[in-house]
Amino acid sequence: MPLSAYLIVAALVFCISIAGIFLNRKNVIVLLMCVELQLLAVNINFVAFSHFLGDLAGQIFVFFILTVAAAESAIGLAILVVLFRNRGTINVEDLDTMKG
Amino acid sequence: MTLEAIVFLVLSAILLGSALAVIVLRNPVHAALSLVLSFFATGGLWLLLEAEFLALTLVLVYVGAVMVLFLFVVMMLDINIAELRAGFASHLPLGLLVATGMVLALLSMVGGEAFGPVAFPEPPPAPADAANTRDLGRLLFTRYVYPFQIAAVILLVAIVAAIALTMRPSRQTRAVKPEWQVTIRREDRVRLVKGLTEEDR
Repeated sequence: MPLSAYLIVAALVFCISIAGIFLNRKNVIVLLMCVELQLLAVNINFVAFSHFLGDLAGQIFVFFILTVAAAESAIGLAILVVLFRNRGTINVEDLDTMKG
Repeated sequence: MTLEAIVFLVLSAILLGSALAVIVLRNPVHAALSLVLSFFATGGLWLLLEAEFLALTLVLVYVGAVMVLFLFVVMMLDINIAELRAGFASHLPLGLLVATGMVLALLSMVGGEAFGPVAFPEPPPAPADAANTRDLGRLLFTRYVYPFQIAAVILLVAIVAAIALTMRPSRQTRAVKPEWQVTIRREDRVRLVKGLTEEDR
């Protein structure tokens, strides 16, 4: 398959997750999942370019993105658990304490 | 149509369908499970791109660790799904508008001849004794060893932060709380009473 096929699939996944952020803007868990999907789309691009350019640096970069994304989701979920414990909700619209 | 093209199309269809399911499914558990499916499909796509190590890492690390963490959190929290779903329909037009605009913009970028078979010809298939893991490891431990160490530190920080955030102090242990000690006032601790002395009797 040509490179553009992989890029189109990645672009579609990215746009689906952008739409998900708009649609599920109240539910923090689904928002985190959409962020994971976006990172996945970016990673598909990296791996595809790495294959077609014959350069392994792209795969190394994906390795680091996976590491940082795992750290990010662990901390994000920990914050979510603490949030739910303290406020009893994960609705984004209820979290307006700093609005003033 | 070659076998590779068929596999690619099937995996892409699964990926797009499960990505769509992640954002429209009502139940967060189902959304997490379809995210797992999309990770599997992506792993298959990466196998087609001869990135075997990353494909396995994606399945092991993401499906095995991160998504299980997601599922744990979703099941631990007692959330009202109906309340969180309110406003889904009202956000639909804006979301569709932005997504369609982005799709058109991105497709006009990547869909054309700029990334087509002419500009980026298919590389020759890797020889049978090629080892993606070995090549990646060689690069990772020589040229990229410093970023590799930083990634390890990031993971350590994430572990410490996640534990520090979610750990609740045990009720059994007695500990000194400095912030209580410094805010204490004299009136809270010392009470002067007027007592009787020998001479009053």
